[in-house]
Amino acid sequence: MGVFILRRVGVMLLTALCLTFVVFFMTNLYPNLEKLAKTQGNFRMSDEAVATWLERGGYLQSTPKKYLEWIGLAPSYRHVAEDGTVTGRCIQPGMTAEEAPRYCGILQGYWGYSTVFRDEVGNIIATRLGLTGYLMFWVMLIMVPSALILGVLAGMREGSAMDRSLSTVAITTTATPEYVSGVLFIAIFSSSAVGLKWFKGTATSAMENPNFENFTLPVLTIVLYGMGYIARMTRASMTEVMTAQYIRTARLKGVSFHNIVLKHALRNALIAPFTVIMLQFPWLLNGVVIVETLFNYKGFGWTLVQAAGNNDIELLLGVSVVSVLVVLITQLISDIGYVYLNPRIRIS
Amino acid sequence: MSKLADYDGPILEIDKLSISFFTRLREIPAVMDFSVTVQPGEAVGLVGESGCGKSTVALGVMQDLGKNGRVVSGSIRFKGRDLAEMTAEELRDIRGNEIAMIYQEPMASLNPAMKIGKQLMEVPMIHEGVGQKEAYARALEVVTDVRLPDPERMLNSYPHQLSGGQQQRIVIAMALMSKPSLLILDEPTTALDVTVEAAVVDLVKDLGKKYGTSMLFISHNLGLVLETCDRLCVMYSGEAVERGSIHDVFDEMQHPYTQALFRSIPLPGADKNARPLVAIPGNFPLPHERPPGCNFGPRCDYFEAGRCDVDQVIPMRPVPGNDRHETRCLRFEEIDWNAPLTLAEQKEKSAPGKVVLKMDNLKKYYEVAANALFGGGEKKVVKANETLSFEARESETLAIVGESGCGKSTFAKVLMGLETATEGEILLDGRNIEQTPIEARDTRTISDVQMVFQNPFDTLNPSMTVGRQIMRALEIFQVGNSEAERRQKMLELLDLVKLPRAFANRMPRQLSGGQKQRVGIARAFAGGARIVVADEPVSALDVSVQAAVTDLLMEIQRKEKTTLLFISHDLSIVRYLSDRVMVMYLGHVVELGDTEQVFSPPYHPYTEALLSAVPIADTSVEKEHIVLEGDIPSAMDPPPGCPFQTRCRWKSEVPGNLCEREVPPQRQLGKGHQIKCHLDDATLARMTPVIKTAAE
Repeated sequence: MGVFILRRVGVMLLTALCLTFVVFFMTNLYPNLEKLAKTQGNFRMSDEAVATWLERGGYLQSTPKKYLEWIGLAPSYRHVAEDGTVTGRCIQPGMTAEEAPRYCGILQGYWGYSTVFRDEVGNIIATRLGLTGYLMFWVMLIMVPSALILGVLAGMREGSAMDRSLSTVAITTTATPEYVSGVLFIAIFSSSAVGLKWFKGTATSAMENPNFENFTLPVLTIVLYGMGYIARMTRASMTEVMTAQYIRTARLKGVSFHNIVLKHALRNALIAPFTVIMLQFPWLLNGVVIVETLFNYKGFGWTLVQAAGNNDIELLLGVSVVSVLVVLITQLISDIGYVYLNPRIRIS
Repeated sequence: MSKLADYDGPILEIDKLSISFFTRLREIPAVMDFSVTVQPGEAVGLVGESGCGKSTVALGVMQDLGKNGRVVSGSIRFKGRDLAEMTAEELRDIRGNEIAMIYQEPMASLNPAMKIGKQLMEVPMIHEGVGQKEAYARALEVVTDVRLPDPERMLNSYPHQLSGGQQQRIVIAMALMSKPSLLILDEPTTALDVTVEAAVVDLVKDLGKKYGTSMLFISHNLGLVLETCDRLCVMYSGEAVERGSIHDVFDEMQHPYTQALFRSIPLPGADKNARPLVAIPGNFPLPHERPPGCNFGPRCDYFEAGRCDVDQVIPMRPVPGNDRHETRCLRFEEIDWNAPLTLAEQKEKSAPGKVVLKMDNLKKYYEVAANALFGGGEKKVVKANETLSFEARESETLAIVGESGCGKSTFAKVLMGLETATEGEILLDGRNIEQTPIEARDTRTISDVQMVFQNPFDTLNPSMTVGRQIMRALEIFQVGNSEAERRQKMLELLDLVKLPRAFANRMPRQLSGGQKQRVGIARAFAGGARIVVADEPVSALDVSVQAAVTDLLMEIQRKEKTTLLFISHDLSIVRYLSDRVMVMYLGHVVELGDTEQVFSPPYHPYTEALLSAVPIADTSVEKEHIVLEGDIPSAMDPPPGCPFQTRCRWKSEVPGNLCEREVPPQRQLGKGHQIKCHLDDATLARMTPVIKTAAE
């Protein structure tokens, strides 16, 4: 088991390197850099001025070199101006060139500086990830159990009235995009159009003080969309298991229907949906963009939109690093969990 | 919860039971007017071909017919109580407690995600409300009873960690957990190897005696039923056609179907040239296409128009003079049952010609990573074939016999070119082909060496017509210059395998199993194959069809002078059709010789056990009872010395632990009979025949 995890972590790091390099390469294409120079400096810069600006920032080095610097495996670029002042990525305001470290990249914990938020990328990501993490936690807490219950109830008697009605519910929710259900919820539960006004239509206040009133609608919107999908997967897996011969064995052993479902079918039926559930984590991380924007909840997805929209290269890179890591870690968990659910796959 | 009160009468009475399945299109009667009685302690066999409704009867007894199935009329009484009138609650009490079932595929009937112990303990915990501890003790006891080694480890394993034979023993243990009064066995050994089957059958018989359990034994294998049952019920197309004690039915059969069935299975006296099998003509009728009157009428030798095909229900009538022997035949009094079999034309035995295929010291080793899924670990070598040497001549049938894992399929793959040999030679007409994979072989070689596969259901492309598939083979073998020419050749091939030419336009799904296998044979012979490897070509087919397909193969062989390599585990059929036999065990050829030599002493100890394990459907045959202990060792981890030493009953006869130390040499016993054994000549000479036919 230990060797297996080590091996997987190794592969994971390699994948992370490849993926971040792709993002790094794309964001560091010359047009992007030119735009960066102009937004940071002056929109009416001449081409020469742009080149000088980029040269001073070390942007004109080769991509692999820049990538290594960003990772923190190569000493970062320093520019010596004509007057002898030394500037560079690692030299923070108030530091002299001698004090500043030679290496400053992801490995050293320096994620760069966001041009939009005028703050360190590390700080921004930590706060925003925390906010989205909190949202995600509640979504998962509600979505996974309800989806599994829905799926199992529908799948245990294929074709029954219960199956038909629950399947209809699942298909409807998963077929309704978040921007439709979110808008509907706001209209029904928080606007004066219907007049229920049970919840707040904005989750801005939830960033400091989440409570039932301001947090329900965003959670519900995401839950409904994701639930239908997992429920369908669970149902499909459950109906298949219920026709298996060992279920007949259990039935003819005199096991009650209740126990057939709980003790014999459930574990086997959860094997397939488990991977899907783990895939929901990365989806939630970036897929919450719509809901976060709709409810004005400034989380990770919102940050991503801001970074992309404003050509904030360092922030964009930071966001992608986190996304890649989340995908890889959840997949690792999914593989390990799979081994535990399915005894036929044993690592030894 | 306790058992039903003691009851004196029969354990199970099925009376005029009819079961139908309802589809959107129509009602499909699966079982009609079926009656059987099981007395306490009695074992009743239910015999018939697939689709005759025998499993439906079993599920009917369990009251588990699914959504579409329903008992239309008649009753099933268990200990005097009508099962149909029971509530779901009462039925649950009876299932697993009073009536237990053993299934065909042990792997599929055990929960893969639940430990064996838990699955066993569940039974007494549900039915008797005992605690964990007692249930565990009971499970341990029963697992010991079914003779599994290391019971505690067994209880702590998952099903996939056990071998097929062990799994089946667990299923049996599960059925016996609550000491039921009725045990239903639905083809319990079909998925197992012969020697394992023999051990399981032995076990079931012993346990039945020990616990006094009545049994309903469902099987298509008449020999097996003879060995296990007291009474027998033969089913055909949803009806019981004959019912009686084993001896009455086997020796004084009173229904044409029973007779035809016996004539189509290879008994020790049968011979492909002198006394060929008689196949039952025609096909098994589909449930919604049954003929009027007698269901067997259209295939019956004694059919009388105007009498047997009148649309009426033919009743079961008792045979006078016998105990509870009944038959569903209108003419049974008129038929002379002792009339000798009118022999089909006797065929000339064709003499084997020149050597076409020669194997010399062929070896095939596989390297397997110890940990297949996650790679790494040290490599293990699986010795799938160990020094195979033999010759096969023109128009000769060489049978390769052995149980699963003995390397017979690997050998076929190497010969076909799907794998290349590790060492040694395969000479086809003097040319080496062992290192040429199929992609690199020329068309001639490919069309010369062809294969007939075990499962005709999976080897035909479901979306291509039969004719198209054969023509495709012709194209590949570069037979014929034009489409029209190939079409003509295809039609001739259909004639060769005795299929109507109209079948060319049919899709595989419209064909029965036997017909599909004929298409498979036609395809193999499309390029004028000279060597045909038939890998268990009839084992997936019904008994009555087997004979026809076997005969077809023999006939084509006689006509085309083909060399047939017949891979099988069924010694009866091997004895019937092969000229020479090669017995394999764990990659080694343990015995090789003429059919006569192999089937009579001196035997290799494994051949001896194999012969004893094969059930023979003849009451006059006496067999020596040899049960092999344990399972076939894994080819990954073969025992040291002789591969068979772990299960050999003659091992003690060899002095000095020689069997455990050295692989025995190949010994010649004269006239091409060779054997791989350490036993000395004196001991070999002491061996007595396993199968003895009692004097008539």
